[in-house]
Amino acid sequence: MFGFCEDPSTLSNLPWMACYLTTGKQFLFYGSFLTVLALIFITAPVALIFGFGGAMAARSPILPLRWFGKIYVAMVRGVPDIVYFMFFVIALDQGLEWIRHQIKCPDWDAPIRQGNDFIVCAQAKLPLSTSPQVWHEVYNFSLAVFTFGIVFGAFAANVLYGAMRAVPRAQMETAEAYGMTPRQSFWRILVPQMWMYALPGLSNLWMILIKATPLLFLLGVEDIVYWARELGGSANPRFTAYPHPDWRLWYFIGLLVFYLAFTRVSEIVLARITRRLSHGQGTLGGVRQGKAA
Amino acid sequence: MSCWETFQAYGLRSIGYGERLLPRTDFTLCEQFTLIGSGLIWNIYYGVLALTIGFFLAIALAVAKASDNLWVRKPAEWFIFVFRGSPLFIQFFLAYFLFLSLKQWNSIFDPFTSAALGALIVLFLNTAAYSGEIFYGAFRSVPRGDVEAADAYGMSGWTKFRRVIYPTMLRLGWPAYTNEAIFLFHATTLVFFSGFPAWQQKGDALYYANYFADKTFNPFIPYPIVAFYFVLLTLAVIFVFGRINVRLNRHLPQERRQRMRVRPQLIR
Repeated sequence: MFGFCEDPSTLSNLPWMACYLTTGKQFLFYGSFLTVLALIFITAPVALIFGFGGAMAARSPILPLRWFGKIYVAMVRGVPDIVYFMFFVIALDQGLEWIRHQIKCPDWDAPIRQGNDFIVCAQAKLPLSTSPQVWHEVYNFSLAVFTFGIVFGAFAANVLYGAMRAVPRAQMETAEAYGMTPRQSFWRILVPQMWMYALPGLSNLWMILIKATPLLFLLGVEDIVYWARELGGSANPRFTAYPHPDWRLWYFIGLLVFYLAFTRVSEIVLARITRRLSHGQGTLGGVRQGKAA
Repeated sequence: MSCWETFQAYGLRSIGYGERLLPRTDFTLCEQFTLIGSGLIWNIYYGVLALTIGFFLAIALAVAKASDNLWVRKPAEWFIFVFRGSPLFIQFFLAYFLFLSLKQWNSIFDPFTSAALGALIVLFLNTAAYSGEIFYGAFRSVPRGDVEAADAYGMSGWTKFRRVIYPTMLRLGWPAYTNEAIFLFHATTLVFFSGFPAWQQKGDALYYANYFADKTFNPFIPYPIVAFYFVLLTLAVIFVFGRINVRLNRHLPQERRQRMRVRPQLIR
């Protein structure tokens, strides 16, 4: 990076540090922060859509759909979320490969599960073993996003389902009295009003989502935890120009600070949004604001 | 091997009794149920101990955070902020590497790098921070009239806290605390994926489930088994905490009692 970095062994502390922090591998570490941010900002809307769908299904008049919705809503209550993470990543991967196998190799007669192996034909592999490394990473990342979406969708469904039930009954009755169909009253009365009730839960969920991102490491994505472990481990002078002892402690302190800053900023922003949204609402917060003004 | 023999061989495998080698081929359903169930011992160990010790620190933190004294309040606020604002996963890693470096400095810290003690300390501090925040919220919602009544009776300091504030605080915070307990048990599954080594393959329920899923490439059996065990564990926690809740509210008229509502608001 800098001109004086030609021979790091001759440098004193400060320039050495400057050179060390700008090596290629360090930039991969910095880049992985973007991976984490990307995951958060993609997952949040996906989870919200899943959650909305789940909450709608749980209120559906059609019985099987309602069961599905209720199970989805209740899914996260009893079982650790990490179990779902580990389960869905493999299950989704195998499911996709199985479907592709059925389509691409219809005349394949060997069973897919042979003892302890899961064997599909070469054309059905995802991604194809011939495709470049980038696609493998993209595939892993999308699987992770989808898994996060399903699990956090369940959390969101839980929150939204509660919020839909929290909208005062009288509002819906008024809508009925005006002759609105259930669909109209749902979209025109219930949905606009429920956000206020959902907001505390959703902001909580946002915090949980931030704090769940290190689990990406378990899903096989090269995220910040992966790189912190990789780069922090003691570096032998035989393999690198920048030998150093075990620095994993410092790397993880760095990650801790990153997360603390991120959650703190989110907290402040969310508090602002809450104040904005409760403006003019018939809730305690809104009434208090009205009095203060 | 019959299922009973499997149970004898692997029932206590996670704490080091029974067969040394884990099953390697021809996994039966019985083996998976037994071994994963045996791993659950660790989850219960972490959960119960961390909750029990953490409870006292949590009360102390809640009172400290509500204190008027800046020197007492600030440390409590920071402690709660650090442990609630960062992922438990990172805390585990950090603690593990911290204990590793301390170990080089002094051999007193040897046992701390083991999962049994090191991870327990992290979980204890973590749950203390989360429950501290819960009880702080409950502390602030103790009805003013109760405190004034205590003042009127001439109670002060410790007596007032022990007889009036503390019972009400506990009662008000209990439903949220139940939630916290459930999610603490869930969080115990992270231990063996976060740096702390599983010595001689003695791990928790998820560790063994992961072992089976890796060996068989079939996630559809071991993970549902873990899920099944955890649903049972969650129900047990709800039952125990529900009984305590009933006891805490026993002086209230029936309709004013706090209902237990399980809401996933506190995962870390």
